Amino acid sequence: MSDIEQKDKPATQPEWVKDERTLTNSALPSEEQDWFCDARPRRVEKHWQVLENFMNWARAHSLWILAFGTGCGAIEMRPLVTARYDISRLGMQMRPTPRQASVFVIGGYVSLKTLKRIVRSYEQMQGPKFVVAVCSCAINGGMYWDSYNTIKRIDEYIPVDVYVTGCMPRPEAVLAGFNLLKKLIREGKAEGQNLYADKFDWYKANQKQVIKDWNMPDYNW
Amino acid sequence: MSIVAKVFWAFISLGVVTIWGLTLNGIVHKIFARVQGRLGPPVWQPFIDIFKNNAKRTAISHGIMYYLGPVFRIAGGIGTYMFIPVLFGSPYFSNFSASGDVLLVMYFIFFGQLGMALGAGEGGHPYSAIGVSRGLSQMTAFEVPFALSVISLAIQYHTLNITDIVAAQQGSFLNWTLFTNPLAVIAAMIAMLGMNMYNPFSVVIAPQEIPIGPPTEYQSAFLGLLATNRGIFNGAKLVLFMNLFFGGATNIFEMVAKTFAIYMFSVFVGAAYPRFRTEDSIRFFLKVPTLIGIASVLLFSL
Ligand code: SF4
Repeated sequence: MSDIEQKDKPATQPEWVKDERTLTNSALPSEEQDWFCDARPRRVEKHWQVLENFMNWARAHSLWILAFGTGCGAIEMRPLVTARYDISRLGMQMRPTPRQASVFVIGGYVSLKTLKRIVRSYEQMQGPKFVVAVCSCAINGGMYWDSYNTIKRIDEYIPVDVYVTGCMPRPEAVLAGFNLLKKLIREGKAEGQNLYADKFDWYKANQKQVIKDWNMPDYNW
Repeated sequence: MSIVAKVFWAFISLGVVTIWGLTLNGIVHKIFARVQGRLGPPVWQPFIDIFKNNAKRTAISHGIMYYLGPVFRIAGGIGTYMFIPVLFGSPYFSNFSASGDVLLVMYFIFFGQLGMALGAGEGGHPYSAIGVSRGLSQMTAFEVPFALSVISLAIQYHTLNITDIVAAQQGSFLNWTLFTNPLAVIAAMIAMLGMNMYNPFSVVIAPQEIPIGPPTEYQSAFLGLLATNRGIFNGAKLVLFMNLFFGGATNIFEMVAKTFAIYMFSVFVGAAYPRFRTEDSIRFFLKVPTLIGIASVLLFSL
């Protein structure tokens, strides 16, 4: 978890905020605006603790990965499903649709074009959702740190639970990252979904700052 | 037995078949993994997945039909199961088999799929639409040999009541339909390959092609419901086949052993073969299996 400070608040409301419950979707053409939901993500409170512990156990043992490789590091995801590493024995599997996935693996450098898809896919995942950032490039820019076309810290755009460093990390390192994620989930510390809902304005401002051709809803339900 | 006791026992047997169906799913995943040289998920993984999906904190709906899709699907699964006697001669595990016959059960098998097709269509994902059109056309195709085989059975036993069909097969294993009417059994078992949708008939879910297929947009508790139904529906189909062709069962252990053996037929075929293309799969059912089905009908009607 990163300890992100709220940057100095803008004096006026940003253009995507209608009120505290709804968004404007103003970047869309007017005829498309009511095709999409305009509700803001909201914080989801935990259940009764014993039940929550059981659910966290189930979540940790059934991690479904969104199979969407963003950069070169994603090539290390493929060996994980082969006979040698076989993540299915840990209850994990690749899921081709964000709707059903619970872990988003950021596999390497994030170009501006990919960031848009990452935001969209991340928002479409149903919570609780977790993010594992693999590769140095996703953490601090790595060897793309002065590139005009990639972002440096994925953490500023979506909440990240676990980082795996390396260029590129071995599958064993990625597995170790998943084990750490499992531990965090079982301890109830992987609350990225609520963090995103709480600091939505901050994340959205950062995203909008770099994604110039914003032609999607402000929150992709 | 009073109706309240009957409903109570029907729910108990529904619970038994759900657990058995999901365990079978876990075993099958394990078998496929071992065939591929992997360790595979634990056998209880389907249960954890269902808990996980129901424990999701958010769920989105795309409309009324989308919402009703999984409901129809599970209604189809439970409906199929409720009219099949699970244990022959047991007053507790015969469900409501006295109130419906094999035609009603066949109707319920397809009812769920149709409801799901409408629901998945409203999800709006293109892969859902492709999966649905593939699923419905393949369903129409494997329906032909299966229906012919059931007609052949009806002519053979002069009844459509499943309990009576099971009763006619008691005594010795030589009385099973498997030995008295082998052609009908062959046609139906090939149709079952299509129903279970493992390779070579996995055109609906089609991994690496239209991954996930119809339920692409389904998530959270919707998906949990669909996964639960997979257990019920699997169990119901296997129990139906056991009753129609393999002499039924008189106790739980016989039921478990027989359904396991029947299921392994499509699992072994699935582990050994690659996938058909959609049109090939449909043509396949309409050729040899249909001819075998017609032959089995002719054999008993002439
Ligand atoms: S850290 Fe290395 S392997 Fe990973 S995305 Fe960057 S350049 Fe590629």
